[in-house]
Amino acid sequence: MAVDTRVGQTIKHHDEEYKVIGTRPIRHDGLEKVTGEARYGSDINLPGQLHGKVLRSPHAHARIVSIDTSRAEALDGVRAVITSAAFPDPGDKLTGGGEAPGLPLKFKSANMLARGKVHYHGHAIAAVAAANPHVAAEALKLIDVEYEVLDPVLEVWDAMKSDAPVIIEDLYTARADGTTAEEPSNVAAEMLYEVGDVDAGFAEADLVVDREFTFGVVHQGYIETHNATAHWLKDGHLHVWCSSQGAFTIRQELADLLDHPITKIHVVPMEIGGGFGGKTTAYLEPLAALLSRQTGHPIKMAMDRADVLKATGPTPGGYVRVKLGVTNDGMITAGYANLAFDAGGYPGSVVGAGCRCVFAPYNMPNAKVEGFDVVVNKPKTHAYRAPGATHAEFASETVVDEICRTLDIDPVEFRLKNSAKEGDWQLAMPPYPRIGHIECMEAARDSAQWQTPLETAPGKKRGRGIASGFWFNIGFTSSVTAKLNSDGSVTLLEGSTDIGGTRTSIAMQFAETLGISVEDVDPIVADTDSVGQTDVTGGSRVTFATGLAAHNAANDMKDQIVEGLADLWDVAADSISHADGTFSANGKSATVGEAAGLLEEEGVFPIGKNTVTPTREGGAFAVHIADVEVDEETGKVEVLRYTAVQDAGVAIYPPYVEGQMQGGVVQGVGWALNEEYVYDDDGHLLNASLLDYRMPTALDVPNIETIIVEVPNPGHPYGVRGVGEVPIVPPPAAMANAIHDATGVRMSHLPMSPARVQAALAAEA
Amino acid sequence: MRAIQYAAPSTVEDAVAILAEHGSDARMLAGGTDLIVQVREDARDTGVFVDAKKIPELMDLSVNADGSTTLGAAVPCHELYNNAQFAASYPAVVDAARIIGSTGIQGRASVGGNLCNSGPAGDTIPPLIVHSAVCNIAGPDGKRTVAVEDFCTAPGRNVLADGELLVSLTLPKPPAGSGSHYLRFIPRNEMDIAVVGAGASLVLDGESITAARISLGAVAPTPLFVQAAGDALIGLTADEDSFAVAADIARDAASPIDDMRGTIAHRKQLSYVLTQRALRGARAHAQGGSPTNGH
Repeated sequence: MAVDTRVGQTIKHHDEEYKVIGTRPIRHDGLEKVTGEARYGSDINLPGQLHGKVLRSPHAHARIVSIDTSRAEALDGVRAVITSAAFPDPGDKLTGGGEAPGLPLKFKSANMLARGKVHYHGHAIAAVAAANPHVAAEALKLIDVEYEVLDPVLEVWDAMKSDAPVIIEDLYTARADGTTAEEPSNVAAEMLYEVGDVDAGFAEADLVVDREFTFGVVHQGYIETHNATAHWLKDGHLHVWCSSQGAFTIRQELADLLDHPITKIHVVPMEIGGGFGGKTTAYLEPLAALLSRQTGHPIKMAMDRADVLKATGPTPGGYVRVKLGVTNDGMITAGYANLAFDAGGYPGSVVGAGCRCVFAPYNMPNAKVEGFDVVVNKPKTHAYRAPGATHAEFASETVVDEICRTLDIDPVEFRLKNSAKEGDWQLAMPPYPRIGHIECMEAARDSAQWQTPLETAPGKKRGRGIASGFWFNIGFTSSVTAKLNSDGSVTLLEGSTDIGGTRTSIAMQFAETLGISVEDVDPIVADTDSVGQTDVTGGSRVTFATGLAAHNAANDMKDQIVEGLADLWDVAADSISHADGTFSANGKSATVGEAAGLLEEEGVFPIGKNTVTPTREGGAFAVHIADVEVDEETGKVEVLRYTAVQDAGVAIYPPYVEGQMQGGVVQGVGWALNEEYVYDDDGHLLNASLLDYRMPTALDVPNIETIIVEVPNPGHPYGVRGVGEVPIVPPPAAMANAIHDATGVRMSHLPMSPARVQAALAAEA
Repeated sequence: MRAIQYAAPSTVEDAVAILAEHGSDARMLAGGTDLIVQVREDARDTGVFVDAKKIPELMDLSVNADGSTTLGAAVPCHELYNNAQFAASYPAVVDAARIIGSTGIQGRASVGGNLCNSGPAGDTIPPLIVHSAVCNIAGPDGKRTVAVEDFCTAPGRNVLADGELLVSLTLPKPPAGSGSHYLRFIPRNEMDIAVVGAGASLVLDGESITAARISLGAVAPTPLFVQAAGDALIGLTADEDSFAVAADIARDAASPIDDMRGTIAHRKQLSYVLTQRALRGARAHAQGGSPTNGH
């Protein structure tokens, strides 16, 4: 029998045996996605719909002196033109919902349509509704905007200078000690995390390595561009169809931004062509809603690729400094890190998450981490797969590698000796529960790649690198409603946008719990009117949290079936046992299917439901190994071989876990080698296309070998840990360490583009 | 909304008449892989699209009595690498035809279109230059010829006047003992535009170089014919020392800019490295081998 090389290795650290969990059934959404029948946002077409388009700023930083829309409004076929004046005054309200609630609503509102000032190149200025997209595009050219162009501030190190132009005139730093700065600046917030005595720790060290790293802005690069269709009915009901990671989040944002009752807003999640954290907030939805209210027609809007790159939420560029102290025998005594991330045009970067992850793989008795959230003239940044952790751990894992080289300690041994484990300190969080970093490192050490010496080739510079990664994952709120049909099948409604195949991983947990086959569960991603509160698909939370809701809903359904059978069989409910999907008591028995039929005759139709906000998400570790070849003459880096090891807790549907691991590696390799926003001195984004924003192609990555490690999460009945994000964390560091192994050069900027690698090699020579 | 016109003349004369009537508003359409994208992205305002593909001379690929080859301006790339005789005679042109876009793009994109687009990084232009190709141009005042190295005048601009079109290219018969190679540097392995491209042709008499031409892409406002680099090789042995001499001259001749695709320093270095590699490939071909296409 031929070996299926698509199936990776799994190493279990538990004895649980499951019937459904861990199997590889055909995914529920597979057929309609490969046939093209699956419906995405742009497939929505409503009778009488108009088309909306957005005018964007040609400047990075400017005051809007005036906007005259009269020529556009006069164009035949134009039905409405709106500017920021169409939005209600946000006052001092704060945002709700989403991944980062509690920021001033005025910033989010001004990011929808610029209010008085342009904060970045591509900032939305006005929106038009017209009979067709061509007229709408023509109308944009007839909107007259007078700008007073201002000097842009593009990098955090410039924006933090005391004489830097202040982008938001009334922004006062929220300091780590709870006080507020008296003078406005571009620093929105400072944060400080501390444990132990960092000065004493460094004093104990025999070796201190202190390095600085910088980062370009990168985009999530989802293939489907943002789109939204909105219909505002005369009675105030607003229906929205969109591509988003969270329908409930969009509903909350629309309620906030439009000051409209949440009960009147109905958001339908469509299939999604990727999000990776970038589709956790609204862009077009409020504009389509306002244009619909104004015209009385449904409004359809879609971004093109340039809009997406210019004006959605890439993840920050910035600066990270990491300083580590170790003893000569390789024990870490202290760590210090300083992270400054660009928030983009408005406050709220992911720097806090980066701060919490920077030293996470290690047991570190003394640590201090400072973070700075800095406003610059770039698009408002957002989450991207383990947001902030990739930057932070690129820095710390590079420093760890340098320490290992300096002390001549094996990088696996160093990490095993210093690894965080259950009960150890965790920055700004409770001590670690059972975690699997050591098990991942051992699996990496024992992997085929690590055990196979790197093949040398004459005239080629080859090297191997290893790096760890951590992401804490999140819980948030999820709901499931499951209806037992009379034939024993189950219709399962859940509210989590299915990005990574979660429909099936949720259905599998339900099926396991109730004792039925996964083919008998029909999972449906429901709209905001049809299922309970469900937060955004993000933080690697869905298989964990919505899966937990499914488990609980299955138990709820089981209890209802037991109650119904108890009446029918005239026995006490607690005398009915349930095993392998069969209920039995007193010599009587019924499968779930039989029970459904019996109960139907009695007029009983069980509906299992659950809403849950779990907090024991567990955290996820990964260890990656990269083999690279560096062309010394051109600086080009080729990935020769790659192994990704990851603690999945328990892999509910292993092919999705392997797919997440491989997808994270591909994005991480892109970030490591080529992806970067390129700006000119005036703050214009020069590479707003997928030709020049260079994501990897299929020819740029090898087959990625996967090893799933199962150290069950004690915070979940099936041991689930989120798996979607952590695999993007180790690749840049693993690649940098491999480049160093190949050439002796340490790279300190992402991406490590051919030009930068070649320049570093030339400088070394 | 702007209406556009589409014309599909069947003779060069008709095409010239249409182009002359509409001036700069008209544009020849071969494969459309540049033009249609540019118009859709608002990078070019074209009102009249004049389809080249119904005109026999523009679709012609044939060997002439003197051994030279006529390459019609709208002949798509795939016809070149599927033509054994052409591929054997003009390997550098075929190297370029194989790496422009994907297979699907190569079914439409033409060498003539690539030249008329006149991008500094156009992959087929250095190969045409090292093969001493000549442009056959028709216009309201009749026909004229221009060497390919004199065709492009600035990024996106060339010597074609309003009413003129590129009919075909004439590629001289390569002498015995000749070989050529083109390669480019791209950060990824596909779907990219050259950061630097380099083409080289060599004529060998045994180990000795009797003629050489070298051309670089993406290091100046137009594809660069580095005549001095080729001339310096004449009379030298085709070895690494000689190639280093030519590569030094090529690096000095390059006057690149910093942009989103590359830096000045990197492009200078690549001019040197790629010139060496192009020469190695040309030598291998001249000696009957096949060049290794290392990036």
